[in-house]
Amino acid sequence: MSGGREIILPNGTPRPDPGVPAGDRRSRVLGGGGRSTWIAVLSTVIFFAIVGFLIVSSSGWPEVRRSFFDAEEFAYAFPEILAKFWRNVFIFSVAEILVLLFALLIAVLRSLPGPVFTPLRIMAAAYTDLFRGVPTILVIAMLGYGMPALQLRGLPDSDLFWAIVALTLVYSAYVAEVYRAGIESIHPSQIAAARSLGLSRGQALRHVVIPQAVRRVIPPLLNDFIGLQKDSALIAFLGYTEALLRAQIIQAQDFNFTPYVALAVIYVAITIPQARFVDWLIAKERRRREGSAQL
Amino acid sequence: MTEAIRIEGLRKSFGDLEVLRGIDLTVDDHEVVCLIGASGSGKSTLLRCIDLLEPVDAGRIWIEGDEVTGAGVDENAVRRRIGIVFQAFNLFPHMTVMRNVTLAQEKALDRDPTDARAKALELLTRFGLLEKADDYPDRLSGGQQQRVAIARALALDPDVMLLDEVTSALDPVLVAEVLDAIRELAAAGMTMVIATHEMGFARDVANRVAFLEEGTLLEVGPPAQIFSQPREEATRRFLDRIIAAGRM
Repeated sequence: MSGGREIILPNGTPRPDPGVPAGDRRSRVLGGGGRSTWIAVLSTVIFFAIVGFLIVSSSGWPEVRRSFFDAEEFAYAFPEILAKFWRNVFIFSVAEILVLLFALLIAVLRSLPGPVFTPLRIMAAAYTDLFRGVPTILVIAMLGYGMPALQLRGLPDSDLFWAIVALTLVYSAYVAEVYRAGIESIHPSQIAAARSLGLSRGQALRHVVIPQAVRRVIPPLLNDFIGLQKDSALIAFLGYTEALLRAQIIQAQDFNFTPYVALAVIYVAITIPQARFVDWLIAKERRRREGSAQL
Repeated sequence: MTEAIRIEGLRKSFGDLEVLRGIDLTVDDHEVVCLIGASGSGKSTLLRCIDLLEPVDAGRIWIEGDEVTGAGVDENAVRRRIGIVFQAFNLFPHMTVMRNVTLAQEKALDRDPTDARAKALELLTRFGLLEKADDYPDRLSGGQQQRVAIARALALDPDVMLLDEVTSALDPVLVAEVLDAIRELAAAGMTMVIATHEMGFARDVANRVAFLEEGTLLEVGPPAQIFSQPREEATRRFLDRIIAAGRM
């Protein structure tokens, strides 16, 4: 499961951030002016040259290179694994769409006010507690092996189907909490304004609360999606030939771990752009708020 | 004269704190009543109770002769007849100015989008905001945002407007443009209840001024009488403090 679960919400109301202007903040990362840029480049090159030299010159390196970084093995395994990785892409894409909708439903149920809705609130809370508590691989095993074994009429027995259901259930629990944090971050005065205009509770939620909440939670939501994409590899456990199982088969045939590295490369290649995209969204939101504060 | 608002024995507590202790007040059609009193005296709560944004503990309220505090009242329908403007504007930040003004027309009144847009254009023109129609609220000054909030409330053609310290969050230089908009509304015959700390404005615009202290309406009367010859000692003390603070 992916690391950072904390939700960084852009601070609700458009309030001036008295900090440094955006330009100064950026310059701290990349060193700003000409001289500091050169120092940053030079120190980086030297640092990695030393680390690289130490690794390559260590006694175990030739063995490590043979097992993990065999160029010939990589050239054979990479396209083989990539061909199966499209199955992962299909699985996590379908799951992501389902999660977006199902998690919002759970979050809305949990945010319903009033004593009448207590059973629904309890149900939604129990759901999120349960599926955040059980390991993803266990849910995949229970549904993927268990449901087809029931041989119930009308229930699909495809392991692919149940794998998608399992990922959707687990990640909806996380994303529902993200949505809920977003919904609760909307100031009650927004709801009061909507209700004062004669909008019903549902209309206020639909037109005023949810659109603002979703906008605020896009970064943490995308972080959860990165976790979901990685967890699509757990489906190998069901014997469904997606990328990880394909890599495992090649590894077992050739007694070489390079196929795993090839799959890692694929995962990193799709997740890093997404992580950068999340950073960019957060920075854009911050710039927007600073821009409006200068008025 | 018919009554726009009638309030009898209104009580409201938050926990142990009794904020309104039996309010009786009537507001006639086309009348402007200004609520004055210290912060915490219950002005905002009174306005929020009239708009049913806070459930009342006891007492009854009628709007244009219809009781709105009874059982089985459609609160949404009541709120459509009452426009309220808040101290902090409370515009919808994710919508353009235009959408802020058309949303409730379409969703609460089922007005045709073309008609809603025409109504919004008319109101934005009236308040000098036409060129801001496609901007988002955070690109507007506080005074402009508050005028959009007034336009948004007026778009539903309310019977009554409630204004809750609408200039308190504004830069002093922006107060005048909002007060002018309210004066214009008063001149057009809009029934209004205005909670305000702007005593000069209250004296100009109000038909009657009501002084609230600790949840009780101590005295209600024409501005000339309240400001020059208050009957109650508490009113006199409050006005002396306002004058000492240079707010009048």
